[in-house]
Amino acid sequence: MRFFASLRMTSEGFRVTLRVRFLASLGMTFSCNCFSKIGVINHKKGVGILAKSDVELKPSNTSIDNLKKWAKQLRLDVLMMLNKAKSGHTGGSLSAADIVTALYFYKMRHNPKDPKWADRDRFVLSKGHAAPIQYAALARCGYFSPKELFTLRKLGSILQGHPDMKCTPGIEVCTGSLGQGLSMANGMALALRLDKRPSRVYALLGDGEVEEGQVWEAAMSAAHYKLDNLCAFVDFNGFQIDGAVTDVMNIEPLSEKWKAFGWHVIMIDGHNMGQIIRALDDAETIKSQPTMIIARTVKGKGVSIFEGKYQYHGVPPSDEELKKSFDELGVSADGWPEKVLQ
Amino acid sequence: MAGESVTMTKLIATRDVYGETLARLGESSQEIVVLDADLSGSTKTNIFAKKFPERFFNMGVSEADMMGTAAGLAAVGKIPFASTFAIFASGRAWEQVRQSIAYPKLNVKIVASHGGITVGEDGASHQAIEDIAIMRAIPNMTVIVPCDGVETRSVIQEIVKYNGPVYVRVARGKFPVVLPEDYKFTMGKGMVVRDGKDATIIAMGLMVSHALEAAAMLEKEGLQIQVINMSTIKPIDRELIVKAAKETGAIVTCEEHSIIGGLGEAVASVVAEECPVPMKRVGIQDKFGQSGLAEELLVHYGLMPKDIEKAVKNVIEKSQSIRVKTLLL
Ligand SMILES: Cc1ncc(C[n+]2csc(CCOP(=O)(O)OP(=O)(O)O)c2C)c(N)n1
Ligand SMILES: [Mg+2]
Repeated sequence: MRFFASLRMTSEGFRVTLRVRFLASLGMTFSCNCFSKIGVINHKKGVGILAKSDVELKPSNTSIDNLKKWAKQLRLDVLMMLNKAKSGHTGGSLSAADIVTALYFYKMRHNPKDPKWADRDRFVLSKGHAAPIQYAALARCGYFSPKELFTLRKLGSILQGHPDMKCTPGIEVCTGSLGQGLSMANGMALALRLDKRPSRVYALLGDGEVEEGQVWEAAMSAAHYKLDNLCAFVDFNGFQIDGAVTDVMNIEPLSEKWKAFGWHVIMIDGHNMGQIIRALDDAETIKSQPTMIIARTVKGKGVSIFEGKYQYHGVPPSDEELKKSFDELGVSADGWPEKVLQ
Repeated sequence: MAGESVTMTKLIATRDVYGETLARLGESSQEIVVLDADLSGSTKTNIFAKKFPERFFNMGVSEADMMGTAAGLAAVGKIPFASTFAIFASGRAWEQVRQSIAYPKLNVKIVASHGGITVGEDGASHQAIEDIAIMRAIPNMTVIVPCDGVETRSVIQEIVKYNGPVYVRVARGKFPVVLPEDYKFTMGKGMVVRDGKDATIIAMGLMVSHALEAAAMLEKEGLQIQVINMSTIKPIDRELIVKAAKETGAIVTCEEHSIIGGLGEAVASVVAEECPVPMKRVGIQDKFGQSGLAEELLVHYGLMPKDIEKAVKNVIEKSQSIRVKTLLL
């Protein structure tokens, strides 16, 4: 059994956080595995652009360097699976990659061997069209084989076009219709608090998504019910489908809005791993208020051909674009796609 | 007959025709204004937006607000067209449509794209399979599902002439053109697209072309099947349904929609009240959609010509056994 204790100074005084992690046999908290080179994951079982078998669980290595590698791996997974699916959302999956990595590989207490573990932290991908990045994280954590990633959006797949709790281990609710996720996160946070569970709830929203009225209804109730076990992100990538958010329907001033609704607001660079994990740690110390982390991001982040181009919102990488992505990510394309798909 | 040429005809997406027609109508009618909810590239209102930027309002991802705004525009005398995916136009903003638009009978045209399961890969969250049911249920609302590109063009032209709320469902995919170029849509009227005496298939949208294929297959077995394109689901063409029931004695309905509350039930209520005959509803059997290619989903959910063929044989059998029983009495 491992104990984590932290002592923090907050505006209200000292706050002690005590977290307990159990060993694997008892239903442990997930700890990420180690690996060396991106795209060529070295572990005992599988080697290739994609690990063919389940990733081995090893004591977590949550160094920033390692988290960055994971983010790169997840981006690679997203590009490969979208290329194979021949449809899906590239831009918003890539912009969320670092946040999702920090959640699954650093912050959240969860157990891929026991996805329904009652004390787990919950994650709601409210911008459900970014499902590929969550699927990549789940696969890499060991919820299911990375091979499943290549069934994305195909008839009968466990990986539906938008997150589906009935089909995919590790998915908490059904999203895809924008604007509904934060309300569901609120409901979870209320229930978990009623049950006196240590679990925290995380949600990720799009900047276009916050144009939905329901988001602001949820914003109001989260603050009203003082949901300090709730922490949400806005993936502030500046683009929605029809163009720049400022052109389609301006949402600024965004941080002032959330503050006015009673939230604790933290502004970060959503691609700076250090800032992301610091914000996540800080959010845990905030009392009597939900926390909103507004993360400045770049749509399509990670590969220059997709960066800042709203045209790639719902367009998958072509074969040629995928090859270019391999080059840019410094990954050998050897074995793609034959070895990976076999 | 339209039925024979199905396989040779071209494929057109009804949403494309909507976008082009709307942009053209914008020239002659200055009162037309268009609203979209961050899907103008998909609903094709972006064609109008480019041409008449001052009469186009992108509301962002906020369908409920869009419907209310459309109501306000109509209250001042504009002819607003409000577009987004069918699931969000009908579902997300249902009560706004009911209260702000339909109850006061305001002149708002809701043209919803990506209806049905042929949305494909996006999956259940994006596949509207209940939109016709929930729109039909609202008093004052007219509900139309054009069967092809030709009809879509005529529908959009005609609804501008009508003063009142209308819901039109168009589709993402490319469908076969089944109607002749000079076809003219009449609101509230169904159209016989193939004659026959042994049974009637009443269909809407893409299913009209599938029904024609089924009828062609059945002809090889010596059965003469009438096919009706029932593009106005509400107000439904009662007269034509009663005539079909009386003359052919058996009815199959086909819809890319849940069998609950859609075309099938609209027809069934007329048949039950006016002229009961055996009926079968081909449609989605009270299930949610899922991800997959449009063609695969049509097979999976039993919406192919062979499924219609089976249903037709089933109702003909039933109607014959009823005839035998009445003869014996
Ligand atoms: C209620 C609803 N309306 C419309 C859509 C269609 N849609 C999918 S993604 C999207 C744009 C979202 O933009 P944003 O939230 O900024 O996402 P990101 O840039 O992170 O991809 C829209 C309008 C939807 N999924 N749900
Ligand atoms: Mg965005």
